[in-house]
Amino acid sequence: MAFFSFSNNSDPIGSQVTIIKPRTGWQAINFKELFEYRDLFYFLVWRDIKVLYAQTILGFLWAILQPLVQIVIFSIIFGKVAKIGTDGIPYILFSSVAIIPWTFMSQAMTTSSQSLVTGQNMLGKVYFPRLIYPVTPILAKLVDFSISMLLILPLFFYYGVTPTWNLLFLPLFIGLMMCVAAGVGVWLSAMAIRFRDVKFAMPFFIQMLMYTAPIVYSSSSISGNFRTLYSLNPIVSVIEGFRASLLGIPFSWEFILPGMISAVILLVTGTYYFQRMERVFVDVI
Amino acid sequence: MSSNELAIKVEHIKKIYRIGVKDKIHDSFGKTLFDFVKSPLKNYRNYRSLYTFNDVDTSDLVADHQQDDIIWAIKDISFEVKKGEVLGLIGGNGAGKSTLLKILARITDPTSGRAEVRGRISSLLEVGTGFHQELTGHENVFLNGTILGMKKKEIDNKFDEIVDFSGVEQFIDTPVKRYSSGMKVRLAFAVAAFMEPEILLVDEVLAVGDAAFQTKCIGKMREVSGQGRTVMFVSHNMTAIDHLCERVLVLENGKLMVDAEPDQAIAAYTRSISQSATDNNIADVPRKNGYSPVLQKVEFIDRRGESVSSVQSGDPLTVRIHYRHDDEIKDPHFGFIVETVMGVKIFWVQTKMQKGPLPDIAPAGVIECRIPRLPLLAGTYFLTLGCGAQTHQLDHVERACQIQVTEADVFGTGRNPNPKIAMIFVDADWEITQGTAVCDKN
Repeated sequence: MAFFSFSNNSDPIGSQVTIIKPRTGWQAINFKELFEYRDLFYFLVWRDIKVLYAQTILGFLWAILQPLVQIVIFSIIFGKVAKIGTDGIPYILFSSVAIIPWTFMSQAMTTSSQSLVTGQNMLGKVYFPRLIYPVTPILAKLVDFSISMLLILPLFFYYGVTPTWNLLFLPLFIGLMMCVAAGVGVWLSAMAIRFRDVKFAMPFFIQMLMYTAPIVYSSSSISGNFRTLYSLNPIVSVIEGFRASLLGIPFSWEFILPGMISAVILLVTGTYYFQRMERVFVDVI
Repeated sequence: MSSNELAIKVEHIKKIYRIGVKDKIHDSFGKTLFDFVKSPLKNYRNYRSLYTFNDVDTSDLVADHQQDDIIWAIKDISFEVKKGEVLGLIGGNGAGKSTLLKILARITDPTSGRAEVRGRISSLLEVGTGFHQELTGHENVFLNGTILGMKKKEIDNKFDEIVDFSGVEQFIDTPVKRYSSGMKVRLAFAVAAFMEPEILLVDEVLAVGDAAFQTKCIGKMREVSGQGRTVMFVSHNMTAIDHLCERVLVLENGKLMVDAEPDQAIAAYTRSISQSATDNNIADVPRKNGYSPVLQKVEFIDRRGESVSSVQSGDPLTVRIHYRHDDEIKDPHFGFIVETVMGVKIFWVQTKMQKGPLPDIAPAGVIECRIPRLPLLAGTYFLTLGCGAQTHQLDHVERACQIQVTEADVFGTGRNPNPKIAMIFVDADWEITQGTAVCDKN
């Protein structure tokens, strides 16, 4: 049942009728309304991008520096010291194509999950579709992501990696990566506004997620019995997808497809849960 | 009346809130420990109960007497607003004015009831919602404008006018964090002034800015209402209400008490204020903006040292404020503003101004402000109280309590200033020197 009903828009004055009443149960997603607010969406994303590195010396260089430091640390610890097997790929190459999407997902999930809490002042003062709050940081972080993707170029050049047709799949996995971040973001933001525990649990949650996905190790090290369970993790799917599209190694669809399905389920259920909880957000701030 | 002429139709709207349940304090370590261990479950129940009202019968208004953690912000309100009408909404603290606007603005859902709004609606519950310190004035105009529901194209078209109205052209490309607070308000109001919704909901936003700017804003509001747009307007400023509105609703404790022409409604409201029993206990008044209830109670002490609710004009008055805080208050400051029922602010006293810095004080106590000769003329006055520590505002209670001032022969001449001309009386000496006039100097 939709909250709004818009009558025919060709009649300019008084054509728009808004019915206000208590909402109960599950709400349909109102794409039309979201579309009406596209300008706001644009400015909020743009604000997040513009403000992120305000008053820093390095500015957008931070977008490169953060994953770079992690890549270097992981290459030393897991590549050189622990000598983790990477199916013959140089460790630094192996880890960087995973750390870059992972950095995006972890940052986007964290900011998105806090989006309602940080926006609570606005939440209580003005109405616009609440879904805009958790989705904005996902789009804004894409700028950082694109910049950090530049890190890969010198590595490819150095190791002589040439793009293959696999690269055509990259947009699919970028979409999947956003879908995972948005799915976690909508779920957690709807919880965080009611229970601030989410903020404190987030750092371990992110750390745990990192070890559940083949970021520092190879998925081939997962034994056969656990593979199905393991591949349900949508992050596994994103990382495997990135690695195969960028490095030109064969896609291991057994790891990719189940995660894709769970990513979509995560986002859809998250959105419905968010909309179900939406009516109480302002009352529990 | 044909439903096409209606802009807003409100039918039996009710809204309940649950206030946080206070924790019991235990006297033994064992009990405290036990409580600590089982607290997650208790906290979960408490936080959940904030938005589940299965235990409350919303059809029965008697319920509020049975459960003390429930607040009926709005108890069954119905009314209609015609297209192009300018409707004022007045009432004391906690009367439900802002909640009603929030429901109509879709910020919060009603607990029960229904409302129908015809036309593009925008709400202005605060000026400068979403302003970001790091962005320039220019960027904030676009951000704030879209937050208020404008389209980018509309803002493009009106941008020059907005900047012109705000009077901050010179700084439009400077980050807002470098603006003075006055400049920020002007820019924010300028954006709001150029919104063109069919229905506009406004909550007490004219109270900001300097007098000249306020006049400009009221002028703009009149212009807006003259264009056939529907406006619902909450204010404590009765003069503005009287000037702008065609019809006024008076809310009291979540109920619609009066629905009449401005004169009658304002008269009814002022009468209800002067008749209402004064409760100077302000510990339980809901706080805004995350202020904590540090200010507990206000007492008025007259010349005989008795706690009273009315005092004679020209008499000494002591305002005793009881406070309570979790810790010692460092570099504290207390103050209050006195305003008329019509919402005109008359004077402001504050420890920093009359006394200078205070030493750090214990977590609970009383602070007294002694006014040797109260300059107010007969009438009812409101006190807005505030207190803070260092530069941080701890508490602020708008119109926390009221005091009656009765007439007295303040000058001993049997003549007082006419309240239509003056707001206060001032002691003055007159001296006459006869024989020479100033113009005959030579």
